[in-house]
Amino acid sequence: MTTPLLEVKNVSKNFGGVAAVHECSMSIAEGSVVGLIGPNGAGKSSLIDLVSGFERPDTGSVLFAGQEIVGRRPDVISRLGLIRTFQTPREWRDLSVIDNVRVGRSALERESIWRTLTSGRRLRREEMAESEELFDLMTHYRLDAVRNARASGLSGGQKRLLEFARIAAAKPRLTILDEPMGGVNPVLGERIGEAIRELKRAGSTVVVVEHNLPFIEKTCDEVVVMDLGSVIAQGHFSELRDNARVVDAYLGNDDE
Amino acid sequence: MTAPEHDAPVVLRVKDLTAGYGGPPIIDHVSLEVRKGKIAAIVGPNGAGKSTLLKAIMGVIKVTSGEVILLDKNCTNMAPEKLVRHKLAYVPQVANTFPDLTVRENLEMGGYTRRHGVHERIEELGDLFPDLRKSLRRKAGALSGGQRSMLAMARGLMLDPEVMLLDEPSAGLSPLLQKSLWEQIEAVAATGVGICVVEQNTRRSLRHADWGYVLVLGKNRLDGPASQLLNDQEVIDLYVGRMS
Repeated sequence: MTTPLLEVKNVSKNFGGVAAVHECSMSIAEGSVVGLIGPNGAGKSSLIDLVSGFERPDTGSVLFAGQEIVGRRPDVISRLGLIRTFQTPREWRDLSVIDNVRVGRSALERESIWRTLTSGRRLRREEMAESEELFDLMTHYRLDAVRNARASGLSGGQKRLLEFARIAAAKPRLTILDEPMGGVNPVLGERIGEAIRELKRAGSTVVVVEHNLPFIEKTCDEVVVMDLGSVIAQGHFSELRDNARVVDAYLGNDDE
Repeated sequence: MTAPEHDAPVVLRVKDLTAGYGGPPIIDHVSLEVRKGKIAAIVGPNGAGKSTLLKAIMGVIKVTSGEVILLDKNCTNMAPEKLVRHKLAYVPQVANTFPDLTVRENLEMGGYTRRHGVHERIEELGDLFPDLRKSLRRKAGALSGGQRSMLAMARGLMLDPEVMLLDEPSAGLSPLLQKSLWEQIEAVAATGVGICVVEQNTRRSLRHADWGYVLVLGKNRLDGPASQLLNDQEVIDLYVGRMS
């Protein structure tokens, strides 16, 4: 058996006495698109924070490509090839659209953001290749017309696409998307589904947190279900309806 | 099956309601009815638009199409403070009581637009909510979660509404308190108020409601007598079954 790309082992995290994540374990195989689902408050976003270094687990271990990443800073983890998004797109507001994507590349180049933006010492050949790739990304995500505009002026939909362009530039091994369909219209929704499949084709493993289950069913190879801070099921979407624990998690329980 | 709820008059009728927050519609042509003295439960998975539906009915967010008919009067897009005078009460999920005021003061605030009978109404509500009667002089902020939920409901009842919208009244309560809160909701309905309640716990809501509406991604998907929906495999499918 090959080593999973991401392995979460018995991870727990309390916030003010409330267990947001409780002895949570799961593993994600390389090359798959996995939906991370569960009712409100199941701990999905908290788990992402723990895995991406934005919060530190109280106990437990997180292995990324076999390497322990608990205690590493988010920027270090992203340079290792694990990139996440947030429920609301976060862009560098004062940078141009194209510079935002260039910053995405800094994760790939393993260099500092500062150097990416100021570097005058780069070989011309490299520069040419970079420009061409950036140009292609801009066109692909329909951002070419606004590439020199400040990112803060983009529409909500364009910000989502910019996020995918940045991820594509960074070529991560693992992409974690936190509710990419939030506030998104159906047409853009199709485009986002396509962008996720493109990430997969480009070699990234993808974890998608999303409440839109039809979207999950269509986009993901398998699903991980969380409830009350733990993983309660992992498998194919079609198996969920016959899993009593999953049904209880979604429909609630009226025992006293 | 016998369906006495069909005999009770409709007090709130929502027809083809579409609304959102400026972007794509969150609720899309949703229809429902609330009958006098009956409980209609709105259930559905996360992101179904349940709370948004209540806000649209209550005039908190703008309705782009469809109608809200309250006691045979078209009240679509009416401001919340006017709807209150048309006998509609709304109990939001958060910020539904004044923590620094006492229970009695909270109730008086709820009856702010009442010309007379504030004290009598507080007395009546004391019969309906014995737990609150004992705490009239306590600060709302010092109440337990369950008591605060009851106070929020009682405050909404100060203006003798015909219809009451409840947004997740049992959120954050223990299972035992959830049960007693639901019994309280049933008691309020029994006084003749039509209740429309949104809850996360689908099974518990359907256990106590008369009629259930299942919303999925902003659309009506299924409705029927709550007791029937409770054992309907189709409901499970709407949450975690095959989607396409």
